[in-house]
Amino acid sequence: MIPLSHVLTLSVILFVIGAAGFVFRTNIITVFMCIELMLNAVNLAFIGFSRHLGNLDGQLFVFFVIVVAAAEAAVGLAIIIALYRNRRSLNIEDLNSMKM
Amino acid sequence: MVVLFYICAALAVTAALSVVMQRTPVYSALSLIVVLCSLAAVYLLLGAEFIAMIQVIVYAGAIMVLFVFVIMLLNAGRESSSRRSRMARWLGAPLIAAFLLEVLLTIWRQFPAKSATPSAPLDAGPAAIGHLLFRNYVLPFEVTSILVLVAILGAVVLAKKEQE
Repeated sequence: MIPLSHVLTLSVILFVIGAAGFVFRTNIITVFMCIELMLNAVNLAFIGFSRHLGNLDGQLFVFFVIVVAAAEAAVGLAIIIALYRNRRSLNIEDLNSMKM
Repeated sequence: MVVLFYICAALAVTAALSVVMQRTPVYSALSLIVVLCSLAAVYLLLGAEFIAMIQVIVYAGAIMVLFVFVIMLLNAGRESSSRRSRMARWLGAPLIAAFLLEVLLTIWRQFPAKSATPSAPLDAGPAAIGHLLFRNYVLPFEVTSILVLVAILGAVVLAKKEQE
């Protein structure tokens, strides 16, 4: 049997890698992918606890997180396309003002 | 089975590092697909069959296709070297390391590996999930459908070319 602490450790490691990428990368698409990585780390924690507690509710939360992530990806990528059209750049240092 | 978990975990961590390290967004996206698929395998090992399938179909399939499509549409090449302020580097790294240590300490203190008492295997097939979804979580489900509708409209409006 897989111990819960190992599942949670994997989840935390993935989350920290995603957070580090979020802080250190400058390409907006890579930053966005790091957010997806962090969401997945949280999903893994949900699944681990669902298994540990013998309760299906955690898997339902993962289902909702995936739906929200899909909506977020669609809107976020549309925003990235609109930004690129106006600024001609994907570097977040060039995207530092809200005025177009 | 436990060995398989560690293999998948190592694969996921390696691919996640690759997502962060790669200079070219397409390589990052492909590494992220590897992370998602190995996480789906971990879900299967943890007894969440339905979520594992959803992960592969929706995440590794639909969402990542969207990412790769946008990367190719915007012709995103190699990332230029950072001229970001040093604060992110000097403040970010220690804070992230502190976060990692703190959470790991909490996990290992709260859930020692020996005391893990695996409960009886869950029935996590589509039928069980569907019963729970449409019985206890009807309202969140309906709200989610509105959210998806708004996201579709928002994406179309945002990505549309502005007309003068």
